[in-house]
Amino acid sequence: MSHMPVFSPSSSQALLIANLFGFVLIVCAAILLLVTSLVCYSAWRFRSRPNQPEPAQKFGVKNFEIAWTIAPIVLLAVIFVFTLRTTYGSDPPANSQPDLVVTGQQWWWEARYPQAGFETANEIHVPAGKPMTVSILGGDVIHDFWVPQLSRKIDAIPGYPNRLVLRVDQPGTYFGACAEFCGAQHAWMRFRVVVDSPSDFETWQEHEAANAATPSIGPAADGSRLFQQLTCVKCHAVRGTDAAAKVGPDLTHFAGRQRFAAELLENTPANVTRWLTDPQALKPGCHMPNMQLTTAQIEPLVAYLETLQ
Amino acid sequence: MSIPQGALPISLEAEQAETTRLLSWISSVDHKQIAIMYLATSAFFFCIGGLEALLMRVQLAWPGLNFLSPDAYNQIFTMHGTTMIFLVVVPVLLGLSTYFVPLMIGASDMAFPRMNALSFWLFLFGGLLLYFSFFGGGAPDAGWFSYAPLSEKPYSSHPGLDYWALALLAIGVGTVAAGLNLIVTIVTLRVKGMTIRRLPLFVWMVLVNSFLIIFALPPLNASLVMLLVDRQLNAHFFTQLGGGSPLLWQHYFWSFGHPEVYIMVLPAFGFISEVIPVFSRQPIFGYGFVAASTVAIALLSFGVWAHHMFAVGLGHGWDLAFGASSMLIAVPTGVKIFNWIATMWGGAIRFTTAMWFAIAFLITFTIGGLSGVAFAVVPIDWQVTDTYFVVAHMHYVLFGGTLFSVFAAAYYWFPKMSGRMLSERWGKVHFWLTFIGFNATFLIQHFLGLAGMPRRVYTYPDLPFWGVMNLISTVGAFLLGLAVSVFLFNLFISYKNGEPAGDNPWDAWTLEWATTSPPPTENFVRVPPVKSRRPLWDLKHPENPDWKR
Repeated sequence: MSHMPVFSPSSSQALLIANLFGFVLIVCAAILLLVTSLVCYSAWRFRSRPNQPEPAQKFGVKNFEIAWTIAPIVLLAVIFVFTLRTTYGSDPPANSQPDLVVTGQQWWWEARYPQAGFETANEIHVPAGKPMTVSILGGDVIHDFWVPQLSRKIDAIPGYPNRLVLRVDQPGTYFGACAEFCGAQHAWMRFRVVVDSPSDFETWQEHEAANAATPSIGPAADGSRLFQQLTCVKCHAVRGTDAAAKVGPDLTHFAGRQRFAAELLENTPANVTRWLTDPQALKPGCHMPNMQLTTAQIEPLVAYLETLQ
Repeated sequence: MSIPQGALPISLEAEQAETTRLLSWISSVDHKQIAIMYLATSAFFFCIGGLEALLMRVQLAWPGLNFLSPDAYNQIFTMHGTTMIFLVVVPVLLGLSTYFVPLMIGASDMAFPRMNALSFWLFLFGGLLLYFSFFGGGAPDAGWFSYAPLSEKPYSSHPGLDYWALALLAIGVGTVAAGLNLIVTIVTLRVKGMTIRRLPLFVWMVLVNSFLIIFALPPLNASLVMLLVDRQLNAHFFTQLGGGSPLLWQHYFWSFGHPEVYIMVLPAFGFISEVIPVFSRQPIFGYGFVAASTVAIALLSFGVWAHHMFAVGLGHGWDLAFGASSMLIAVPTGVKIFNWIATMWGGAIRFTTAMWFAIAFLITFTIGGLSGVAFAVVPIDWQVTDTYFVVAHMHYVLFGGTLFSVFAAAYYWFPKMSGRMLSERWGKVHFWLTFIGFNATFLIQHFLGLAGMPRRVYTYPDLPFWGVMNLISTVGAFLLGLAVSVFLFNLFISYKNGEPAGDNPWDAWTLEWATTSPPPTENFVRVPPVKSRRPLWDLKHPENPDWKR
């Protein structure tokens, strides 16, 4: 079951859905077994024998038909009652003030923490035990926020903010994916939700809210200058510097993330080097062009990015 | 048409009317020729749609493959869905309806023969226009339902989506015309004695279905015009910046899209309702219930569209209301399964290839129907919509449902259309390859959805078992490709050398079997008297006719 996230829920909301799903699957399996048995039995029992005359013709028995119309209605009514309860239980009302604002962009996830006043990308942290109100919006086209182990999926629509409550009691890391076709790299618009203990979350939040330090010596310093001089600043923000563009992901604490390019690559210097060499080779169609950087530019840039812990 | 060896000679009138062969087909307004053109064209597009599916399955066979670029994959999955729905399933059903409805009601043609031809030519040229997009700057690539704003100019600047909209508009007009034609034909051209309550169930289903068509296609056509106006004339129907709404597209589209899936399944129910009785040697169990439930489905189908939008965030009230109506529609759909099983019960079942497909349909359509009921349970939908679970569901109802019934109809009615029997030996090979290949491809996709794999992805991460599950699905898809090849081979060799069929090889009971195979141009030399739902049973069993019960 652990390989089936829908059936290994890690929040009470997802558990409610999994329980209902389990119940419905059992009912469906029973109906399928009934139908299959009847089909197979009747096919075998009433197979024609050689030279068999036409059987006695029967046209229907109204009472049977009424019975097998009413029985499904009753069954569905029962399922509907459970549906009602789980609908409200698994999707509780959210607060009006969001703790987290998630915006789906082609093809990455922007995560803004309004109270703490910072923005990050693709790796979303939440504290265990606290119900977090998440506002979900589309930045360009319609996307969909889906972390199967934690909650229902919900569309990220431009102009129509949706709200979700995420409440997870146990720390852990949970994988999410965009679940609405959104263009070329929909397949690699994945993300992760990291559930920290409350104290770890405080630490993470303070750290993320802090500005980046600008290195003053070594290749990293060269890299930081290149970052400001080249086109990087046209799309990416690094708080603590003049780079404040919001076209692409915020890179202030880029090096602290496990993976990048929306879960495509492990965040290692080697992979960052490959990415800067030609992002289109790794994620064709993504909105970061091949900037035709030379090795002499890439090495210091990677060193700089590695300091953005 | 060339005269197959051993068939009865066609009438002198028909022979004299034939000018050059190609011209006679292109200029034909005869429903039988038009129907055969529908069927041949659908078969052609089925092969293309199938090849597209195989290309997709190769790309997905293992994580991280680069067989298809993301751009190519997105065009191919869009074209696969669009092709299968608009260029294969609907036309094959319209084709079989066009051939057999006039025959089954004792008429000599459809009510509007020239409009009949128009419907076909709009379909063919619409399909060619759609495929021209590959040469015109790229095929559409926003999915077969092209959600806004992705489908709008800023996010899809190449003309693929314009080709998509224009092609579907052309096809949509032809489809509405076909629906109108079928209604008027059935209402006005029934032979004396064939009251509405004596209609063969296939004809009844086509009648109800045609109402669905004329009410459901116009919303699509209107939406396509709006999309084109947005894209080409900078309007804002579906873009939020100009005061429009992307959600409006979804509501309009699914108002068409949901009835559309019933348009794709009601004729299938019709085929099954003809095949199972004949090969069980019993009349359909509960004609009244089956007919009435069809009307219930048609009416309810206009009230469930937002179940495609449960993830949108419409609000629990709306979600639950549509969930309830969607559960309700499962009832008239599901009870038919029991009627069909009851038809087999107490019968004398003959395991022809047509019957094998019909029996398999009962099981695979039930699986698809049950996963559909699961989707009506709103929180379940919240987890598995837009995943491979829904891909599994749709293929179980459209392939395991509709397509299996089309194969049943093909084996049942090919003899009537061509004068030759399809090979039963190759038919069994076709059946088993299909049944095994189909389940191998799609059963595992339920688990892929539960494992978290979204749909419409050109590749996926190397998560536990995702690779092996996808590989199994790919192998299944190639088995299906082989199965389809066997079917095409069977069609080809049987047309040339199949056993002569005669008028009524199955000893069936409806009017199409009361004429030659193939029928003459005017369909009947003389229509037998119609006093019940099974005129040929009555003729053959004067001691026990249906009308004496």
